[in-house]
Amino acid sequence: MNKIYFVFAFCAWGLISCGGSSSDSSTTETVAETKPTQEEPKEEKPQVHPGMGIYKTYCQVCHQANGEGVPGMNPPLTQTEYVLGEKERIIGIVLNGLSGEIQVKGETYNNVMASHSFLTDQQIANVLSFVRSSFGNDADAVTPEEVAAVRASSGN
Amino acid sequence: MYLKHIFKIAYLLLISSFFYSCDKQSTDSETTSNVSNLPVADKDNGGIELPTGFGAVTVAESVGKARHLTVDNNGNIYIKLRKLENDKGVIVLADTTGDGKFDVKSGFADYVGTGVHLYNGYLYVSSDTSVYRYKLENSLVPEGAVPETIVSGFPTQRSHEAKSLAFDNAGHMYVNVGAPSNACMETARTPGSPGLDPCPQLEFQAGIWQFDANKPNQVHQVDGHRYATGIRNSVALEWNTSANSLYAVQHGRDQLSNLFSEFYNDEQSAELPSEEFLKISDGDDFGWPYCYYDHFQDKKILAPEYGGDGKKTGRCENVVPPILTFPAHWAPNDLLFYTGDMFPEKYKNGAFIAFHGSWNRGPYAQKGYSVVFVPFKDGMPSGEWEQFATGFAGADSVMSTSDAKHRPMGLAQGPDGSIYISDSVEGKIWRVLYYDEKLASLD
Repeated sequence: MNKIYFVFAFCAWGLISCGGSSSDSSTTETVAETKPTQEEPKEEKPQVHPGMGIYKTYCQVCHQANGEGVPGMNPPLTQTEYVLGEKERIIGIVLNGLSGEIQVKGETYNNVMASHSFLTDQQIANVLSFVRSSFGNDADAVTPEEVAAVRASSGN
Repeated sequence: MYLKHIFKIAYLLLISSFFYSCDKQSTDSETTSNVSNLPVADKDNGGIELPTGFGAVTVAESVGKARHLTVDNNGNIYIKLRKLENDKGVIVLADTTGDGKFDVKSGFADYVGTGVHLYNGYLYVSSDTSVYRYKLENSLVPEGAVPETIVSGFPTQRSHEAKSLAFDNAGHMYVNVGAPSNACMETARTPGSPGLDPCPQLEFQAGIWQFDANKPNQVHQVDGHRYATGIRNSVALEWNTSANSLYAVQHGRDQLSNLFSEFYNDEQSAELPSEEFLKISDGDDFGWPYCYYDHFQDKKILAPEYGGDGKKTGRCENVVPPILTFPAHWAPNDLLFYTGDMFPEKYKNGAFIAFHGSWNRGPYAQKGYSVVFVPFKDGMPSGEWEQFATGFAGADSVMSTSDAKHRPMGLAQGPDGSIYISDSVEGKIWRVLYYDEKLASLD
């Protein structure tokens, strides 16, 4: 007898199914065509983080403008130990890429991330510092020396 | 056992409250009786926009991370999940009173996946590496829930792993085996990396495989026939009975500017390549990874991994072209040929396509979270595609994929001709009905 039956919570069920006086009066939102000019990312202002450009060029396509990734495909960079924890691991992921199943915030991700060892130590330090201090993250910066040390030990 | 009795009592009470409220309603509105055989649409159509005369009922919310779904002749809905809910990978919804509201929910199968399809009294369900089938025998959940394995041995892969299913009228089952990469680069998704030539992934992936639908214990690489090749990933796969042919809608490749900035800017990368609607015959080659389709130049273009520059056609000149194209990266995830009688004549035998919505149009807004319709005549599109159901994302502009409140994933036709749509984000299920002028008179 391990069949599980859930009777739906449908106290308001009959009322809704018979139409008429549904209490839901919200209006339907329309997805408006967005004009290309509105889609343009804002031009950089003086205060822009030096890692933002690298993020937009190499990271945003998968991890998205808000750092939340793509459900079921690319993991989020927000409030996760991968980003906020020890720097060696995240530097290593950027340098060497990542493959294999990982768990991030209760979801499984299994996509391949390519190696980004073609970026300079300074560029990797900048982009990781940007990610660790953006999207609600608040962790300290990564230095080019820290990147160089991981690169030396991993042969990249 | 106690629990069961309590549920039964609660259930009867709810049914009686339903009849009470129905009586009340019918005195309120004369027009209610005109559509008494159809469930009344939600006031807001469950948050989606539909053409005039159509309405939607929210069948369920929060069933889980829904993939494909199918509806049995008795109206029961089977939904495949990509993440287990209460240890179940298939959710069943039943309307036990025939009022259009699904009042019973159950589940079975301890694996995740995408495909779920009814064929000859069996429910076929796919994991990412196998296809199983269950004999339903008028039960909500298959007795014992031990399936027969029809095919096993599909390669384990980290991307494009969905095994969508289709069946013809001659006892064959067709399975999508997606490419395990973006473009078969030597080093995956790495700027400037050349493509492997020939691409070894084409041998057992990046195509459609045909099997005997009724033969247990087949193995992909032994018993499967590679029916079509050069298809990157076609989660949207369906047999069209009136045309007696297989069709698919392909997910085009990603990251043209990201990987080849010398040939493509971000805008070109957001708008290329086309998502291709394919009519498939045995032996067809659609060109992946060597070629992609450019709907601005209206031809197959040589991929940059294989010497292309955005203009050269090279080896792609004789590759089978699509029958129709859609904007880039919209992610077509299900295809349904409408055979019902409920919708107006123009929809008959036409194609509905559920687009999951993009994730790689950045830095531009993400698009495509909708269900479109393509009119058909004699097995080919007979006009332009049009939006059918929109508003799933719940926002005017989606900059990041996670901003989309809902993403259309699966499509199914009910026995009465209504259409069901599943959502992969929150697991909402809509049922779309056609009411004609009666809908307007309800308000």
